[in-house]
Amino acid sequence: MKPRGFDYVAPTTLEGALEALSNGGDDARLLAGGQTLVPIMNFRLATPDLLIDLNGVKEFSGIALQPDGSLLIGAMTRHRMVEQSELVREHMPLLHAAMPLIAHVQIRNRGTIGGSLAHCDPAAEWPALCLALDAEITAVSQAGNRVIPIADFAQGILTTALEPGEILTQVRFPKQKAGRRYAIKEMARRHGDFALAGVACTVDFNEDKSVMASRIVAFGVEDTAVLLNGVSAAIRGRVLTEALLREVGDYAASAVAPRDDFHASEIYRRELVDVMLRRALAQAVAAPDLRRAA
Amino acid sequence: MAVDISVTVNGKLCTGSVEPRQSLAGFLRDDLDLTGTHIGCEHGVCGSCTVLLDGASIRACLMFAVQANGAEITTVEGLGAPGAMSPLQQAFHRHHALQCGFCTPGMLTTAQAFLDENPAPTADEVREAISGNICRCTGYVPIVAAILDAAGVIAGKPETPPHHHSNAGHQP
Repeated sequence: MKPRGFDYVAPTTLEGALEALSNGGDDARLLAGGQTLVPIMNFRLATPDLLIDLNGVKEFSGIALQPDGSLLIGAMTRHRMVEQSELVREHMPLLHAAMPLIAHVQIRNRGTIGGSLAHCDPAAEWPALCLALDAEITAVSQAGNRVIPIADFAQGILTTALEPGEILTQVRFPKQKAGRRYAIKEMARRHGDFALAGVACTVDFNEDKSVMASRIVAFGVEDTAVLLNGVSAAIRGRVLTEALLREVGDYAASAVAPRDDFHASEIYRRELVDVMLRRALAQAVAAPDLRRAA
Repeated sequence: MAVDISVTVNGKLCTGSVEPRQSLAGFLRDDLDLTGTHIGCEHGVCGSCTVLLDGASIRACLMFAVQANGAEITTVEGLGAPGAMSPLQQAFHRHHALQCGFCTPGMLTTAQAFLDENPAPTADEVREAISGNICRCTGYVPIVAAILDAAGVIAGKPETPPHHHSNAGHQP
């Protein structure tokens, strides 16, 4: 279907974008990659009066390694740019591993990290990746900047801590501990579909292969991506044997409160959490680590 | 509220005056008469509207024409012409990689951008590359074969013959 008519502005600076947003009224919407907003507008589920196109604001795009080892990714950076970035592959390989899971290449050529986070779909990879890596999100308004820790960012289904008049400008991924392992596993009906359920995790192991610490995130399961703190507690200090994986898989399946919808039933999502968790943890044991030796 | 735009399409500078809500796909088809780009779903999942924006494959149904101002667009019409088909188009022809043809422009632009970046792909990589393009007719096998064949031909190798059903019962 065709969208309803709207006014359109394309600022070239952050100031211009904030000005347009401030003047735009309640029915103005920011346009990032458009891979979510435009379908919604084509279905007429959203009918903004004004679109503020951020694609011309160059300062929002880019990937930079900071002196403290953290990685900054500008909000308008395309998924494809993250996918092909050597910096990301080297310093934040969980992101490199996850990018091919996002939709298809044509979507990734336009879709952006900022757009994905601002939309905050329960099944999207970016909110889960940010949670797994304990990222921070910068939001800017005419009143100033603020940094939102990821724990405070997602507030409910398709709801974030972003206030009217705020623009998400960048995401900071803190330097990850040396030797940290990572994994991401998701189940979708077809390659590129939204995840019915997925698990993204980082795990630190002791010398004796027991778990020192972990961040384990389930996505596509509840209204937002969620940290499986109970699983992290259960595996701390223990070696990830098959038996332990089955134990925590069962535990996680019962601990989550899954959505029951058109795409998957509650029962099936519980089963998927169990399986994806076991696969992700097995992968974290088997290999990839977050920081290669220099 | 019409906006003047100028877009380079298949190497030619084209101008237009469009409503902001006009999609790039609609602009190409209705304003420029380039009807090779197809509209299937209007929400980004079918792939039949895929074109190249500054060389990268994108959904023309999810971009507004006003956003393409100043950009370079390649549509299927820009890949080759009747009587002068590109190696990829020739391979599609050779391998019967189309039946109704609705997905074909999107498959071609997607595959062309893919081969430009990955000139020596494996079959699995080709399948991954076209996973965002739905075909209802061919079952994808001849499309994958055509893309692999084209990659070989572009690299100077001989054409591979198209897949045939078993010739059992047919005397040569």
